[in-house]
Amino acid sequence: MSKFTKKKGSELPPVNTASLPDIVFMLLFFFMTVTVMKDSSLMVENVLPNASEVKKLEKKDRVLYVYVGTPTRDYQKVFGTEPRIQLNDKFAQVSEVGDFILAERAKKPQELQNVLTTALKVDKNANMGLIADIKQELRKVNALKINYTTYEGDAFRNVQ
Amino acid sequence: MSRRGGPPEVNAGSMADIAFLLLIFFLVTTTIETDAGLDRMLPPIDPPDEEQVVIKQKNIFTVNINKNGQLLVEEELTNLKDLRKKAITFLDNGGDGTCNYCKGRKDAASSDNPTKAIISLKNDRETKYATYITVQNELVGAYNELRNREAQRLYGRNFTQMESEYLNPETPSNIRDGLKDKVQKVQELFPQKLSEAETSSSK
Repeated sequence: MSKFTKKKGSELPPVNTASLPDIVFMLLFFFMTVTVMKDSSLMVENVLPNASEVKKLEKKDRVLYVYVGTPTRDYQKVFGTEPRIQLNDKFAQVSEVGDFILAERAKKPQELQNVLTTALKVDKNANMGLIADIKQELRKVNALKINYTTYEGDAFRNVQ
Repeated sequence: MSRRGGPPEVNAGSMADIAFLLLIFFLVTTTIETDAGLDRMLPPIDPPDEEQVVIKQKNIFTVNINKNGQLLVEEELTNLKDLRKKAITFLDNGGDGTCNYCKGRKDAASSDNPTKAIISLKNDRETKYATYITVQNELVGAYNELRNREAQRLYGRNFTQMESEYLNPETPSNIRDGLKDKVQKVQELFPQKLSEAETSSSK
């Protein structure tokens, strides 16, 4: 008879947490796959200007980055306060831009080599002279597709 | 005394903790955001052999930026805020009457046809990059506004929206193929002809 008079536990049974590691692992793998490690640390000031008519830069593997700006405080003693070009992890002269593009292009798979975009991440306080020189270098190596990377926002805030 | 029931189970209670630790690390280092900006094509360095086309002065809309960030549009000192409107008036003019979708003033002294109209942008070596981007943004905005108008008339939706959907790699390819023709059609109505001269150095 004791089968039917089950002793009733006074407290709730504990929640089963056996599947918690599985859930966490699932999340872990998600973030592991979408993570893009920062490949270069910025050595220049890089406050981009605002623009409203922007297009998204899809597909990161097809983009080469060129940074321009005044060196950050740690580097100002060595490199001065004039805007400089940063390619990957080092400062560069204008004449090195072409070689850099060619070298980076050669690293990409064959089918992507013709569809590369050069993203110019230029500080808003840089002068156009340097940009014009870079553009001239890019034309020399036939890297004609460029993107002036900006923040999305009201363009008139740039000039205030 | 022999052990019963095989080797003891490994305690897996801390596995969740370790996984959490890794999870937090990847959460912190992840950057999902994508960059955005103004797309431009540079002119090839040696243009393919073609005879020099004479462009009428009235089909060129000159924009000059000096080193102080002031604008000279068609030989007139102009405020940055008026640039977009002026560019639209110029592009949409349709001076020779061959443009049947233009809504401009048909001023004979301004551009003949949107397909012939060229915007020429010139800047000084000391021009601030921020000013340059603002001007670029306004000119692209002028084109986009006109293209939006035509896309609304023809297809009932905005050009910029159609274009971003077309360029988005996640859009299914059958939708993309349908959009391709429409996007190209609108682009042909108002082709983006933005020429940039070499920068001049100020004295």
